[in-house]
Amino acid sequence: MTAERPLLLKNARLIDPASEREERGSVLVRDGVIEALGPQVAVSDDVQVIDCGGQVLAPGLIDMRAFIGEPGGPYRETLKSAGEAAAAGGVTTVVSMPDTSPALDDPAVIDFIVRRARDTSMVNILPAAALTKGLQGAEMAEIGRLKEAGAIAFTDGGRSVTNAQVMRRALTYARDFDALIIHHVEDPDLVGQGVMNEGEFASRLGLPGIPREAETVMLERDIRLVRLTGGRYHAAMISCADSAEIVRTAKAKGLPVTCGVSINHLALNENDIGDYRTFLKLSPPLRHEDDRQAMIEALADGTIDVIVSDHNPQDVENKRLPFAEAADGAVGLETLLSAALRLVHADRISLPRLLRALSTKPAEILGLPGGRLAVGAPADLIVFDPDAPYVLDKRQLKSLSKNTPFDEARLEGQVSITMVAGRVVFQRETM
Amino acid sequence: MTLGEESLLAAVSRSAYSHRFKMTDAPRSVFPHRHLLGIEGLSPLDIQALLDLADEQVEVSRQIEKRKTTLRGRTQINLFFEASTRTQSSFEIAGKRLGADVMNMQVGSSSVKKGETLVDTAVTLNAMRPDIIVVRHHSAGAVHLLAQKVDCSVVNAGDGAHEHPTQALLDALTIRRNKGRIEGLTVAICGDILHSRVARSNMILLAAMGARVRLVAPSTLIPPGIARLGFETFTSMEKGLRDADIVMMLRLQRERMNGSFVPSVKEYFRFYGLDQEKLSFAKPDALVMHPGPMNRGVEISSDVADGAQSLIREQVEMGVAVRMAVLEALASHLPNR
Repeated sequence: MTAERPLLLKNARLIDPASEREERGSVLVRDGVIEALGPQVAVSDDVQVIDCGGQVLAPGLIDMRAFIGEPGGPYRETLKSAGEAAAAGGVTTVVSMPDTSPALDDPAVIDFIVRRARDTSMVNILPAAALTKGLQGAEMAEIGRLKEAGAIAFTDGGRSVTNAQVMRRALTYARDFDALIIHHVEDPDLVGQGVMNEGEFASRLGLPGIPREAETVMLERDIRLVRLTGGRYHAAMISCADSAEIVRTAKAKGLPVTCGVSINHLALNENDIGDYRTFLKLSPPLRHEDDRQAMIEALADGTIDVIVSDHNPQDVENKRLPFAEAADGAVGLETLLSAALRLVHADRISLPRLLRALSTKPAEILGLPGGRLAVGAPADLIVFDPDAPYVLDKRQLKSLSKNTPFDEARLEGQVSITMVAGRVVFQRETM
Repeated sequence: MTLGEESLLAAVSRSAYSHRFKMTDAPRSVFPHRHLLGIEGLSPLDIQALLDLADEQVEVSRQIEKRKTTLRGRTQINLFFEASTRTQSSFEIAGKRLGADVMNMQVGSSSVKKGETLVDTAVTLNAMRPDIIVVRHHSAGAVHLLAQKVDCSVVNAGDGAHEHPTQALLDALTIRRNKGRIEGLTVAICGDILHSRVARSNMILLAAMGARVRLVAPSTLIPPGIARLGFETFTSMEKGLRDADIVMMLRLQRERMNGSFVPSVKEYFRFYGLDQEKLSFAKPDALVMHPGPMNRGVEISSDVADGAQSLIREQVEMGVAVRMAVLEALASHLPNR
């Protein structure tokens, strides 16, 4: 590898979410890592300089949940297109879900993803492997060999493991390999035919509902199993007030439990479905405004550890259907930061706190070196203006699928520069 | 003094290990039990007496004339509710070498129901006036139940995941003959400990005899709470085998390797199968044991199983000797007229 010229990002508002410190200054990048930072940084003559124009400079976002169509559905999203979308959204590391075809339950397939992502994607893509073979929830996958092949975590992606015995053994076995289990907490039997949050609004629309208990029953069960086994456990996404309370209690008991929330559940509620908008058909479903408020509070008080995009590209054929028949999911890599900044602009959370849930905490949970602005940390960095207003035009999205719930939404805050391992992978033209 | 006692005492006094055995402390009978239901309940003295006696039987079995008369005229029934080749033939040969009339009863586990039927079987057999019944059953505790219902001596040849005392004794004999002692040795028992009666009997015996017992397995195959019983547990072969004198592998049943307790054969062999590389973590003169039957390429590689450090074939020979010793020791309690 040839040594590249050092790069100075100057005139920036540095935010280190790990320490929640903020200062004006510069960051010097060399050989893919942060070499120095602060108000005064000594530089050599050969340094290349980028003026950040007073914008925020922070660690790149780490998104713990994105579905990518490769292998098996490259028309929805490829590792390359996902990488472009992520870079445009300020996401420098993406954890990809194993719900592919074939499923990521074989060390050879994990190896394929690792190599293919390295060759084609401009951001880091870390595959999460299947927790059970074929995502069938019956037999645990080869956790040890998959981890050796490069699996960052273990999950059945969009599916829940309903068999408690399978979950118990997987948690027990995973502990020996210090493997993280990420679980989608939604009991498919309680979901039944449901397509949106159960309640008044679903009744008005004439759509079958999904009770919050589909989530809380599964989450509560999992936490009992964590107590029994001591396995490392992360609830992929919670969506309702009761779930936040369950996680809060588990954490107070000192259990190795963390959880996430999707950006959609922080920014939207069931009323946004409005006139049967299928781009807002999600799993778990958008909940009541009271639940959304509870999610924001749980995020602010640290009960919820991370925010995920839950990026789930779906083509027109799967979405231009009657609501109940449409596929679940929304794209989110490119709008993650802008949508999350709504909470900052509404004074619900501080900017460093928000960035913590988008970078520092995911890094901690996954055991990654990033998520902090410090000497020696990887130079996965973003520069953004948190106040830049824009109206989202879905045609401008880099993602191969355009199923965004934020189409034509007014958003504030756009990424100007995204850097991965010291290289600029995205730069907005206005910069 | 009965005939059985006489020969037992004679055997013990001739034994190379008899100096460790204080004759003056000996109760009226050297082996003070009517049944052998488990290692649990045996004192170190009992175990030592059986091992000393078994050493003698090894010599007997290596002679051209292998037949003794200790059990002449006695009837031994091998009652196996679970299929077994090795243990059953070992008990049969042992009984025959001691002069007993041996009858094998193979009871298909499907044709026999639990509970009352087992008791009925016991009562029926008892009416035939056997002297010793050797029992294997798929349910833990079944042999104890049977022992309560018969008048003769009962030997446990394996009950569920509970105990397999003669296996532990033959393992101990094999270790003692090769290492000269049991006390102070580090023994790593590796594999499916959760379902293994061999592991349980060995753990109790080896701990009683002063060995340091380690259990090495994925957490899904370690019995919950076992660490509280004072056994060191490891989930990594590298750590568990470090400086071990004996590496004792256990059989992994096929139905447990496909995603229920462990993900796959490939993964199990990769992390828990004993190959030369993992064996190199143990002491250079470490010895390898396996109760059989082996799954080559699952819990043990062929080159280790057939290698210079393997005691696996010797274990089979010691099996006959130990079973002869057990039968002879129990014979001292049989009514003599």
